[in-house]
Amino acid sequence: MKRLFPILSILTAIFLAYALYQALVVAPTDALQGDVYRIIYYHVPSAWTAFLLFFINFIASVEYLVNAKPSSRTAAKWIVIAIGVVGVIATFLPQVQALLPTGMRPSAVATTVLAIPAFYFLVGWLFPGEKLDVLAVTSAEVGVVFCTIVLVTGPIWARPVWGIWWAPGDIRLTSTLVLWLIYVSYLALRRFSSSAQTQMMAAALAVFGALDVPLVYFSIWFFRTQHPQPVIGGGGSMDPRMLHTLLISWMAFLCFAFLVAWSRFRLELLQREVEQAHAMESLAGAGASAKASLPLNRSA
Amino acid sequence: MNSLWALTLATLVKDIRLEWRSKDALNSMLFFSLLVVVIFVFSFDPLAEESRHIVGGLVWVAFLFAAVVALNQTWARELRNQVLDAYRVSPAPANALFMAKALGNFLFVSVLEALMTPLFVIFYNLHVLGPAWQLIPLALLGTWALVVNGTFFAAMSLRTRNREIMLPLLLFPVSIPAVLGMVAGTTAVLTGENSAHFYIVLLLTYDVVFTTACLGLFGTILQAE
Repeated sequence: MKRLFPILSILTAIFLAYALYQALVVAPTDALQGDVYRIIYYHVPSAWTAFLLFFINFIASVEYLVNAKPSSRTAAKWIVIAIGVVGVIATFLPQVQALLPTGMRPSAVATTVLAIPAFYFLVGWLFPGEKLDVLAVTSAEVGVVFCTIVLVTGPIWARPVWGIWWAPGDIRLTSTLVLWLIYVSYLALRRFSSSAQTQMMAAALAVFGALDVPLVYFSIWFFRTQHPQPVIGGGGSMDPRMLHTLLISWMAFLCFAFLVAWSRFRLELLQREVEQAHAMESLAGAGASAKASLPLNRSA
Repeated sequence: MNSLWALTLATLVKDIRLEWRSKDALNSMLFFSLLVVVIFVFSFDPLAEESRHIVGGLVWVAFLFAAVVALNQTWARELRNQVLDAYRVSPAPANALFMAKALGNFLFVSVLEALMTPLFVIFYNLHVLGPAWQLIPLALLGTWALVVNGTFFAAMSLRTRNREIMLPLLLFPVSIPAVLGMVAGTTAVLTGENSAHFYIVLLLTYDVVFTTACLGLFGTILQAE
């Protein structure tokens, strides 16, 4: 595994360079916005990557919480399967399809719903026990970085195109900002919490955050969005060459995110091992000194 | 079920009695929000028409800050003499403790709101143009939204370093949809321009979702040691 890391780093660097070349040179210039639109090749892949990482964090957190008790673990397994089955069937019912926003394809919704059980079992299988929590920290940290990129590149694009840096009350902007805030507070909790139960508390906070995001969405329902429509699974349309570049860019970003997350994951694991070793050492030391002092105490 | 309510009531009565005798939380909260109101009065000097548009925001910001002052003291009291540890080893359900604390905070913050609202009316010359009765469900649901998550996060931040600052850091991001609902709803009623119905439903949804989540997860947080 260790030997794979430098190889993957070089490949990612090449991939990122290729994506940059595609974005700046190969992709056609937008008819209305000119060259400024090219920032989407960083903005959109970062957003997708950040949302994916937050989703992984949520799954890992839920799994960490339910694994505390064997009964809730079994129950959660069945609930997740039920969500997958019911969700996929429901998206093909005409009554439910009528509720979907215009332009959103039922097949896209079904795929998203299917991702929940798929990720749940994949994550549980690949990251047993404490590793779930390590995964949660890693994905939250890397996710915050990518979400920051989204929030920085967005206004840079919006200023020349919309004429304003930020559209207050916009549904996409606000929900991304709130998501970012929640995950920053998540990281703050992890940093400042000193007890051994940080993991449980952080996992609970992640669940609260995940409950919050749909409510944020719902709360700004009234406002229309200025944000361009989503390209995949939404009503937006795009030149196929642009979409091609966008997908290449996303793949490069995913590789990069995976690389960063992987090294962070290993670092966190090593850190915990060191901490554990220290704790064991001091325990052994305390035990030895207690034994040594016992006869002395008795004689005294 | 019966014992759950009996325990909730017992803890609630204990908290109210303690508060009645010491008046720690209520006094500091009252004075704090009075200061906030006065600072707002100096900072913004609007016409009556303008004030209708901004007072919804000012009122709730003042209440939010004051609620944090009260919430920070919720659990601190139980740390003295290891009361919380005693609770943890007792067979009493964790949710009874949580409900008692949340209801207690709800009561304190509601009293505060009832006392502070006239001040806002006086300072800003408020005339409500919309249906004024809608302010009551907005206030009740909004206060519960702040207090239920606040009580939960206060319990969480107990085990962190610098816990006083940790509570707003955890509470504010999650409260954003609720604050949005309260502010927009109150403004809608004050100006009478649109209906506050949507915001009442929003706050109700928020309350139901997060009360359920708090009750589901509080046991884990309390036993976390």
